[in-house]
Amino acid sequence: MKIPLSRVAHARSGDKGDLSNIGVIAHEERWYPILVREVTAERVKAHFGELVRGRVERFLLPNLGALNFLLYEALDGGGTLSLRVDAQGKTFGAALLRLEIDAEDTELS
Amino acid sequence: MIRIANGQGFWGDWLEAPVRLIEQGPIDYLMLDYLAEVTMSILQKQKAADPALGYARDFPPLIARIADQMRERGVKVLANAGGVNPVSCAREVRRVAPDLRVAVVLGDDILPHLDNLLAAGHEMRNMDTGAPLSTIRDRIQSANVYLGAFPIAEALATGADVVVTGRCTDSALALAPMIHRFGWKETDYDLLAAGTIAGHVIECGAQATGGNCQADWQSIPDMANIGYPIIEAEPDGAFAITKHPGTGGRVDLATIKEQLLYEIGDPENYMMADCVADFTSIQIRDCGNDRVRFTGLRGRPRPDTLKVSISYHYGWKAIGTLVYSAPDALQKARAADAIVRERLRQLGLAFDRIHTEFFGVNACHGPAAVPCPGPPEVELRIGVRGEDRKAVERFTRELVPLVLSGPPTGTGYGEGRPKAREIVAYWPALLPRDAVKTRVEVIK
Repeated sequence: MKIPLSRVAHARSGDKGDLSNIGVIAHEERWYPILVREVTAERVKAHFGELVRGRVERFLLPNLGALNFLLYEALDGGGTLSLRVDAQGKTFGAALLRLEIDAEDTELS
Repeated sequence: MIRIANGQGFWGDWLEAPVRLIEQGPIDYLMLDYLAEVTMSILQKQKAADPALGYARDFPPLIARIADQMRERGVKVLANAGGVNPVSCAREVRRVAPDLRVAVVLGDDILPHLDNLLAAGHEMRNMDTGAPLSTIRDRIQSANVYLGAFPIAEALATGADVVVTGRCTDSALALAPMIHRFGWKETDYDLLAAGTIAGHVIECGAQATGGNCQADWQSIPDMANIGYPIIEAEPDGAFAITKHPGTGGRVDLATIKEQLLYEIGDPENYMMADCVADFTSIQIRDCGNDRVRFTGLRGRPRPDTLKVSISYHYGWKAIGTLVYSAPDALQKARAADAIVRERLRQLGLAFDRIHTEFFGVNACHGPAAVPCPGPPEVELRIGVRGEDRKAVERFTRELVPLVLSGPPTGTGYGEGRPKAREIVAYWPALLPRDAVKTRVEVIK
């Protein structure tokens, strides 16, 4: 079935220059495999569309049940250059939690 | 075990936080982080106007406020409040708190040596674009190396009550007391990684104790009295993160994991001045009562280079807003945007970028935003940036006229036209470690 990523994970985002990072953390560690399967770099890139001009890179942290995403050229030049209201990508984590993913009832119980 | 607290996540953070940390429970060391990337250029300009300035001016009054308690409880303070003028900052601390011993860490400010460094073949290429620093040499406003924890530990060894630094890695302010008290060496990679990760967790203040937390945020108690984070560090590299009992906020696996992942890159290679830390080695356990314990941390030798933070004049920008109400709020805002752009085109103004957002519809999340048909109001937000200050200033005249000459219901122009602001951009680079000389000075 389709569920929003927020059902199984929480997130925090920050910036380094024009790069945004999003940490995605499974609410329950047993849901980590769902994140690994569903939240790929390609899907994250597509989710943000024109907001992210560069590539998206994914790193795994199985010890924390978490993923780390780096979104390149994602902040309109970054920090002081950016003309966006969210120049630091503070809300990108919340945006990613709207991603629709597939998960079985049995996985979630 | 020693307790290291952070009472300031950035310059402008909650003024009461450091005072409460010292009043509401036991701590041994209080770190305060005042410097963001662009802060250094602002401070450099203040110093150019008055050679006695160029540091975080909030800091000496804070020390004056807590000096008695520091002495009574033996609490030492470490702060990068020195900005581009640590000696001047330290002298002001001595003036307002004459009973405290104050030491400064020097050597991070390489602005006076830039030409020598460039002449010696250090290109300091932009880590993002690869361009050599010489391409912006005449526009540089500040240049500082991120120093590590060892010179700060050396300052603590002088018996200082207050250590003032300029630019250093944020986590170094937390790691330095561990090096000083536990006798950790430059080759104790796992221990240095543990202290670095502990520092990373607390360096953003209350972001480790329930602030800006998305996990069940509505249930986080008493945010008005949120407790700032404290490391309980042990000599073997194990540590716990906690906060004073009775304070607001929360320390649990969710709040700690969010902060662990905040602003990191490759988790296996977290490069800092003192070591390379491996975040995939972290084992954490919730001990209850707002305490999370860390074990098993691994690290590798520090890089041969130090990171340099350079700021330079890029150009100018201005952002203007107008509000449109329903009906058809978004359509009106789009029509107004088209009019502004057409008028800018007719004026022949050149910008590097014109950016429009419809605030209330999709400004934060873009295509990922919740669809919002027929919003009751929309704020049109148009920004421009470019090298030509006159063009940016001309743009600032182009929004307000639309109230009379554009689509209906334009409002929200009470602040008048927007201001053109200077853009100071950030240039990250690397410099070999041996090109940087640090020095500790005790202020008499």
